[in-house]
Amino acid sequence: MEETQLKLYSYWRSSCSCRVRIALNLKRLKYEYKAVNLVKGEQFSPEFSKLNPLNFVPALVDGDIVVADSFAILMYLEEKYPQHPLLPQDLHKRAINYQAANIVSANIQPLQNLVVLKYIEEKCGSGERLTWVKHHIEKGFAALEKLLKDHAGKYATGDEVFLADLFLAPQIHAALKRFKMDMTEFPLLLRLNDAYNELPAFQDAMPEKQPDYVPS
Amino acid sequence: MSSSSKLVLYSYWQSSCAWRVRFALNLKGLAYEYRSVNLRKGEQFSPEFKKLNPLCFVPVLVDGDIVVSDSFAILLYLNEKYPQNALLPSDPQLRALNLQASNIVSSSMQPLIMQSILKYIEDKFGPAERQLWVRHNTEKGFQALEKLLKDYAGTYATGEEVYMADVFLAPQTAVAEMRFNIDMSKFPTLNGIYKSCKDLPEFQASVPERQPDAEL
Repeated sequence: MEETQLKLYSYWRSSCSCRVRIALNLKRLKYEYKAVNLVKGEQFSPEFSKLNPLNFVPALVDGDIVVADSFAILMYLEEKYPQHPLLPQDLHKRAINYQAANIVSANIQPLQNLVVLKYIEEKCGSGERLTWVKHHIEKGFAALEKLLKDHAGKYATGDEVFLADLFLAPQIHAALKRFKMDMTEFPLLLRLNDAYNELPAFQDAMPEKQPDYVPS
Repeated sequence: MSSSSKLVLYSYWQSSCAWRVRFALNLKGLAYEYRSVNLRKGEQFSPEFKKLNPLCFVPVLVDGDIVVSDSFAILLYLNEKYPQNALLPSDPQLRALNLQASNIVSSSMQPLIMQSILKYIEDKFGPAERQLWVRHNTEKGFQALEKLLKDYAGTYATGEEVYMADVFLAPQTAVAEMRFNIDMSKFPTLNGIYKSCKDLPEFQASVPERQPDAEL
């Protein structure tokens, strides 16, 4: 493990934070875990607002440098700590990784985060909330199945773990554990999930293993 | 101008996501063939287009054998393959800032206010709620961007050169002003950035009204 001055502001259940936790584990970087309780509204504290004015986790502090947004953090880590690269060399494969990452990060996750779900639930109840979530996850997962079909190997874009896997693993975990979705229509994603379950770097990053985990 | 085999961009004149790519292609001096996908007529659901992008969104870039969808992925791909007029600065903090600002637009704002989501909101909750939703999500994103960029912006978002943040911000600002009647004077930093971009011939050539499929 590499000694660092890294601090990660994270919430156990945040899939965006999970992506970064996986990367830190893969690159074997030690970090201080700073819990931000989203349910209690700790993301709105003056201290945290200064770090990330959008009041989302994760946020990474590396000495004088503050990076928020999981994608920006991952690219920062990739450039500063090149061990266990998160991106392949080949431009086409890189593009596949960026696309898969963004299907999750722009087409699925924003539509199923706490803020949006709360809105839907307040307006029309928890039944509608689940319908909404499942619709967007299923649409995104169907697109991922198609995108990765010709590129997947042991992992999403070949036989090595790359950026796409860091986005997929937390999203699949949330779909299965949190939203209790039936994923039989998504055999590739299920197979990838099994592969991620074998990797300590992934497993140690999952919600249930975090210091601020609260069993429900 | 690139003299290699032509890039093809699947675009719709009014799509803010396609606008980003048009702007970036112009900044890099890359010629491309414009192929219109009429979203109003549902051409994005054609079997041919679905094969290119199973999520049925524009933009899609075709570069020889390589197909890239998702504007964020396209911009990163273009930046890696055609490094002239770099879309990201070399300084790590400014690089991270550009990626973060781009993702605020691309993941926190645009996915929540795209047409299909707005239609859902309007169908379920009515036009007044739709207006509120648009205003709330747009202003929330702009408030965060204003805070984020306040201490870094110069002529452009992160200094004196145009980078990725500007490429995401300018079309989003234009849409907010023209389509959603957001009062941008509340966001002086963002307004300044937008004004600077409007002076660029590369931006002017990318505006919806100047596209081959513009319906005026």
